[in-house]
Amino acid sequence: MESLVFFFLAAFAVTTAVLMVLQRSPLVSAIYLIANFFALAALYLLLRAQLLAVLQIVVYTGAIMVLVVFVIMLLNLGDEARVHPRISVRTWITVVLAAGFLSEIVYVFSLAGTPAEGTTISGGAESLGTVESMGGALFGKFLLPFEVTSLLLLVAILGSVVLAKKKG
Amino acid sequence: MDIPLSYYLCLSAVLFVVGVAGVLTRRNAIVVFMCIELMLNSVNLTLIAFSSFLGSITGQALVFFAMAVAAAEAAVGLAIVIAIYRNRQTVDIDAINILKW
Amino acid sequence: MIPLQLTGYAVLFPFLGFLFNGLIGRKIKNEGIVAAVGCAAVGGGFVVACIGFFQMLGLPPGQRTLTLDLFPWIVAGGFRADVAFQLDQLSVVMMLIVTGVGFLIHVYSAGYMHGDPGFWRFFAYLNLFIFSMLTLILADNFLLMFLGWEGVGLCSYLLIGFWYDRKFEKGTTGDAAKKAFIVNRIGDFGFLTGIFLIYVTFGSLRFQTVFTQAAAMSVGTPVLLWITLALFLGVTGKSAQIPLFVWLPDAMAGPTPVSALIHAATMVTAGVYMVARCSVLYALAPVTMGVVASVGAATAFFAATVGLVQNDIKKVLAYSTISQLGYMFLALGVGAFSAGIFHVMTHAFFKALLFLGSGAVIHAMHDEQDIRKMGGLAKSLPITYRTFLVGTIAIAGIPPLSGFFSKDEILWDAFSRGSWVLWLAGFAGAGLTALYMFRLVALTFQGEARWEKGVHPHEAPATMTLPLVVLALLSAVGGFAGIPHSLGGGNAFEQWLEPVFAPAADKLAFAAPQVEIAEYVLMGLSVAVALAGWYLARMWYLKRKEIPGLLVRKLPNAYRVLLNKYYVDELYEGAVVKPAVRGSELLLWKGIDVNVIDRIVNGAAQITAAAGRGLRLIQTGVVQSYVLVFLAGVVLIVGWLLVK
Repeated sequence: MESLVFFFLAAFAVTTAVLMVLQRSPLVSAIYLIANFFALAALYLLLRAQLLAVLQIVVYTGAIMVLVVFVIMLLNLGDEARVHPRISVRTWITVVLAAGFLSEIVYVFSLAGTPAEGTTISGGAESLGTVESMGGALFGKFLLPFEVTSLLLLVAILGSVVLAKKKG
Repeated sequence: MDIPLSYYLCLSAVLFVVGVAGVLTRRNAIVVFMCIELMLNSVNLTLIAFSSFLGSITGQALVFFAMAVAAAEAAVGLAIVIAIYRNRQTVDIDAINILKW
Repeated sequence: MIPLQLTGYAVLFPFLGFLFNGLIGRKIKNEGIVAAVGCAAVGGGFVVACIGFFQMLGLPPGQRTLTLDLFPWIVAGGFRADVAFQLDQLSVVMMLIVTGVGFLIHVYSAGYMHGDPGFWRFFAYLNLFIFSMLTLILADNFLLMFLGWEGVGLCSYLLIGFWYDRKFEKGTTGDAAKKAFIVNRIGDFGFLTGIFLIYVTFGSLRFQTVFTQAAAMSVGTPVLLWITLALFLGVTGKSAQIPLFVWLPDAMAGPTPVSALIHAATMVTAGVYMVARCSVLYALAPVTMGVVASVGAATAFFAATVGLVQNDIKKVLAYSTISQLGYMFLALGVGAFSAGIFHVMTHAFFKALLFLGSGAVIHAMHDEQDIRKMGGLAKSLPITYRTFLVGTIAIAGIPPLSGFFSKDEILWDAFSRGSWVLWLAGFAGAGLTALYMFRLVALTFQGEARWEKGVHPHEAPATMTLPLVVLALLSAVGGFAGIPHSLGGGNAFEQWLEPVFAPAADKLAFAAPQVEIAEYVLMGLSVAVALAGWYLARMWYLKRKEIPGLLVRKLPNAYRVLLNKYYVDELYEGAVVKPAVRGSELLLWKGIDVNVIDRIVNGAAQITAAAGRGLRLIQTGVVQSYVLVFLAGVVLIVGWLLVK
C-alpha cells in the first residue's frame, strides 16, 4: 500500500515539474510548481517527517509561491515570446548534459556498498519527525544556526525593502 | 513492500535535473527562479530521506534551515527582479547582458 | 726587520692612489696634490720593493721563494683560486723595474700633463695600471695573473684613448684604443685556452703546483705543446709580436708618458715575464720554443726595417719597441731565459728614456711630431739632447752601455744554442737598430733647423728633465749587473735568477757554458755593425743628405712597402675585419637577432593577445551560459571520479 502511494506521488511530482518547465505562461508554471510542492509534502509524510511536511505547505506554498504569484501579477508579465529557432544550441547542450548528469547520479546509487542500500525506514523515525523532537534539536544542538537564521531573515527584510523601493 | 532509500534518491535526482534543465532553458527571470526553488526542494527531499533511513535528526534540522534561507532568498531575489523590471521594462534574461564582452 | 710579507703593500699603495685620485681627484683643483699622491703611491711601492729585495739578498739562494696568501677568491666545488702573491727572484726583479721606472714616469707626467683638464684622471689611470701590472707580476696562480693581464689591457685602453675627442690618423684616439683592446682580446683567447688546458692537465692553477708536476714530465709531451702554443698566442697579443703587433703603432695616439710606461717599460713586457715564469713548460715543448725564437727573430728584423723609414718620432720608437721585444723572445726561445729578462730591464731603462725624451721634444715643438720639421734642437734642448743620445747609444748596443751587454748575450745564445739563421736575423736587426736610431737623432737634434716660423723650442721643466737624467744614468751603468763570463764578470744577473730557471735548464740540458773564441768574434761583429749603422746615419742625414732621396727614387716600391708597414693593417682589415663585420651583420644581426629572437619575443606577445581575444568570448553576459559551463564542469569531474 505504501509503495503504491509512493509511486503515485513520485509520478505526480515528476510530471508537474516537467510541465512547469515546459509552460510558456509564467503563471501556469507557478501553479504547476505549487502542485509539485503538495506532492513533496505528501512524500515527507511518507518519510515520517510530520513537522516538515506541514512547514512545506505553510512556508513554501503558502508564503514563497504566493509571493511569486504576486510578483508575476504585479509585473503583468505576458507569455514568454516564441523564439526562432525554438530549440537552440543551448537547449541541445542542456539536454545532453542533463542526461549525462542524471545517468552519473543513478550510477552512483547503483554501486554496491553505499548507504543507498539501506532498505527500511529506521524504527525510531516516527518519533524523529515530531514537533517535540524537532524543537529539542533546534533549541539544543542547532541553537546557534537558529539564532543566525533569525539574523538572516532580518537582513533579507531590509534588503528587499531597500531594493524594491522607488527612488525619491 | 518497503521502498528502499535509493528510490527516494532517484526521484530527488530526477527532480534536480529537471530543475537544472529549466534554469538553463527558460528566458523569463521569474521562471528561472522557480526552477531554482525546484532544485532546492529536491535536495530537501534527499536530506529528509537520509534522516529517516539513518535515524538522525540532523537531516531534518538542515531542511528546516534550508527552508528559512529559501524564504529569505525568495524575498530578496524577487525584489531584485522588480528593480530590474523598473529599469529595463523586461525580465528577459537574454536581454540583460551588460557584462557581455 | 720588516717581514717579507709587507711587499704585499707594494700592490696596495697604487690601488689606494687610484681610489684617491679617481674618486676625489676631480674636486681637488690643486695639481700638486694629485701628482704628489700619484707619485707617492708608486714611490712607496718602489721603496717597499727595495726593502724586500735587500731582505731577499740576506737569504740563502734556495730559500728565496715566499708565498703570501691573502684571501680565498674562488672556491667552487673542486676548483680553487686564491689571491696570493709569490715573491721570488724573478718577480722581485720585475717589481723593481715596474715601480722604479714607473715612479720616474709619474714624476715626468706631473710636468708633461700640466694644465690638462684631465690631470686627475691621468694619474688615477696610471696608478691603476701599476696596480694591475704588480698583480700580474706577483700572482701565484694563472687566474690572478690573468686578472692583472686584463687589468693592464683595460688601463692601456683607458690611457691610449685619454684625449678621447682628438682625431688620430684615419679615426679618433678612441679607435686606436679600441684596436689595442680588441687585438689583445684575440690574444687573450689563446691565453684562456692555455689556462683551461693547464687546469685539465694539472688539476690546479697555482704555479708551484703546476711546475712541480710538469718537472716530472718528459720532453715532448703533446699536451704541453698545445698549452705553450696557446699561451704564446696570448703573449703575441700583449707583447706585440707577429701576428698581433698591429695595435702598438696606433697606440702612439696616447700621451707620451703613457707610451713610455705601457709600451716600452712595462705592459708589453708582461708577455716576456709570462713565458719566463712558465719556463719549465716551454722547456718541455721544443717545437714551441722554436716557434717563439723564430717569431721573435722575424719580428725583430721586420719591425726594424719598418722603423727605418717612418717620419713620426713616436712611430720610429714604436717599431723599435716591437723590434726589441722580438729580441727578448728570441732569447726566451733558445732557452736563455735570464738573458731575456736582462734585456727587459735594460730596455725599460733606455726605451723609457727615449720616449720621455721624445715627449720633451714634442712638448717643446708644441705638439709637432714629424721629424722632417725638426732639426738642430741640440742647442735649444741640451739636457734632452744629451740624455737622448745616451739612450740611442745604449739601444744601438755600443759598449759599455747597458744595451750592449743584454743584446750581445742574446745574440751569442741565439748563435750557440739556436741556429746561425736566428743569429743573422738578430745581427741584421741590430745594425738596422743603430741606423734608424741615429737617423732619428740626426734628423731631430742635429743639422739645421727646419721648423716653421714662430716655433720657439725651450727646454722642459725640471720635473721632466730629472727623470731623463736618472734614466740616462741607469741606461749607462745598468748593464754592469750582467757582465758575461767572457769579459771577466760573474754575470750576477744570471746567477740571481738561476734558481727560478733551474727546472727549465734541467730539461733543456745545455752543456756547461764555456768561454769560446766565437763569442769574442761575434761580440766584435755586433759592435762593428752598430758603429757602421752610426756611420751610415751620419753620412746619409748629415753630410750627404741627397743619398736617402736617391735611394727612394731607385727603389720606390720597396720604400712604399716599408712606409706602409708591409700593408699588414690593410691585409687584416680585408681578410679578417670586414668579413667579421659583414658576417655579424648578415648572420648574427639580421639572421638570428631579428628573425629568431625578435620573432620569439613579438610572437609571445601576439599569441597572448590572440588568446585574450579568443578567451573573452566566454564572457557572454548571460547568466545561463555561465551555469551551463558550471554544469558541464560538474559532469566532467564526477564522471572522471567515477571512472577512477
